[in-house]
Amino acid sequence: MTLIVKTITRLTIGIIFIYGIYITLQGHLGPGGGFAGGVIVALSFIHILLAFGKDVGMRKLTQKKVLFLMSLGAVVFLAAAVFNFTMRHNQEAYTLHAEKFRIFSSLFMPIYDIAVCFMIGTGLYAIFLALALFTAENKE
Amino acid sequence: MEIYLLLIFMIVAAVAALEIKDLISSVIALSAVGLSLSLAFLVLKAPNLAITQLVVELLCLILLIHATIKKDLPLVKDGRWLFNTVSTLAFVAVFLVFIYFALKELPVFGMPIMRVSGEYLDKGFSLTGAANIVTAVALKFRGLDSLGETVVIFVSAIGVLAVMRKVGKIR
Repeated sequence: MTLIVKTITRLTIGIIFIYGIYITLQGHLGPGGGFAGGVIVALSFIHILLAFGKDVGMRKLTQKKVLFLMSLGAVVFLAAAVFNFTMRHNQEAYTLHAEKFRIFSSLFMPIYDIAVCFMIGTGLYAIFLALALFTAENKE
Repeated sequence: MEIYLLLIFMIVAAVAALEIKDLISSVIALSAVGLSLSLAFLVLKAPNLAITQLVVELLCLILLIHATIKKDLPLVKDGRWLFNTVSTLAFVAVFLVFIYFALKELPVFGMPIMRVSGEYLDKGFSLTGAANIVTAVALKFRGLDSLGETVVIFVSAIGVLAVMRKVGKIR
């Protein structure tokens, strides 16, 4: 891409990434959540991939790392879900009973949100990565 | 009022997306439908859905443009027009009959039955500690649903990576 696109990408990429993390972490307080935050995180990586080419994008987040993070999200989600399911009879012991609209007002919601963010973000990025690699391979 | 304007715009954009010859213009028209759907969610006071719809629509727009750019797919137009027209009309008729009986069973628009949701609203914060009841319902009361839908993305990503891999591919 051109120099303008590269410079703008370099300036905005961190803001987009941090906004995705913010949307994920405040999912239990306001509109947002793991799904939307994960997609925004994936969009920030796709931004790098589109502006700087697939070599730079692959250096930032390789395929192995993508698979590891995706599986980590799935395992964490499943572990939290199974733990919650076994403890379902005394649910109120696992909420922190802090004030409303504080970030630590809930114990399991942020964990679920972060796990979903990992799965969705890396999964969608992996799909885009495979597509980019596939089209690049076809051109050769 | 705004919702009807958005619905009319969405129908016009969807028809345009079907009828336009150029592929990229069609993709842009399709994403206009999705973005106005996000606005419609905002008008209906569902900001959670609006945010998700917005970002997913942007991702789909990027993916579709990336997939369709510089590619002219062949467009088959001739042959079997009678069968196509008759089958389309038959399916539209079946759909209309079905929806006539189905819509009679639904509650009035904007008047939800609060049998289950009232319970969620009462006990949502004390059981989960989440002030956003939508997240509490999606991740706690309907947690199995969320697990399923994230597993769909997970499996599709694994499948795409397995189909388009480099190692061990037979030419």
